[in-house]
Amino acid sequence: MTAPNPEFEADCIRRILAGERHLFHALISPCERAIYFMLLSLLRNEAEAEDAAQDTAIKVYLNLKNFRGDSQFRTWVLSIARNEGLGRLRKAGTRREDSLDAETDEQTGDYTPAILTCWREVPSEALERQELGAMLRKAIDGLPEIYRNVVLLRDIEEMDVRETAAALGITEGAVKVRLHRARALLQRELAPRLEGFAPKKKGLFGWFK
Amino acid sequence: MMRIDCKHVWNYVSAYIDGEVDAELRAEIDRHLETCEICSAVLDSTRNVVVLVADGRVFELPTGFSKRLHARLDREMELARS
Repeated sequence: MTAPNPEFEADCIRRILAGERHLFHALISPCERAIYFMLLSLLRNEAEAEDAAQDTAIKVYLNLKNFRGDSQFRTWVLSIARNEGLGRLRKAGTRREDSLDAETDEQTGDYTPAILTCWREVPSEALERQELGAMLRKAIDGLPEIYRNVVLLRDIEEMDVRETAAALGITEGAVKVRLHRARALLQRELAPRLEGFAPKKKGLFGWFK
Repeated sequence: MMRIDCKHVWNYVSAYIDGEVDAELRAEIDRHLETCEICSAVLDSTRNVVVLVADGRVFELPTGFSKRLHARLDREMELARS
């Protein structure tokens, strides 16, 4: 993720509105990833997420004069992306059940993690194995939408709690609760299966598992 | 001194990882972790999962995404002008 730079953004916006249209490319570029993954989280189809991401960028351009600067630019862009995605789901009549209870999940539920007695660290280098990446993507894809989009924005796009809350139109408390549950669900799903990706321990007589 | 139980620790795993528990609770959790291998493993595995999913290699933009986006923007900006 590229860290937002409010001065650069404000300057860009001023100049774009004054006619330097080409600067819009530089303005929107740092938001591309977040736009796409927000839409992929909602639409769960790569081709449609890409099409919706393009429509989002165009809407941002056409509505740039309406950006007031009272939120971060990226937050504003992501709320446009989210509306674009939700609009498409409504049109297709495919909004899933799990997203309908979005505002009713504030209570803390009981959660039992995958119980382990020791953990061998899986290093990031293990991601060179394609199947690990695929396993992680599948686990995230399997989360209910209200948890999936929080994980995408907080853990994958590394946005802070405030920005995530603003982009999703939920409270900061809800972001924290959902992130906790999402991570818990991922730990439960993945921990037992990640074992095979940890380096083997070196014993007295060479390598053993 | 009151000792917290495992379930209590599990409720704070995410906040603990993000450094969002206050000093007193953090100390309590740390004391618990010293003697509880299960909670230590739950915490370590959760943190490990968080680090792995955050790796840029897990979620990559489709090949050519950026090029196609900017080409479409150029076309639309031209249209909006005329």
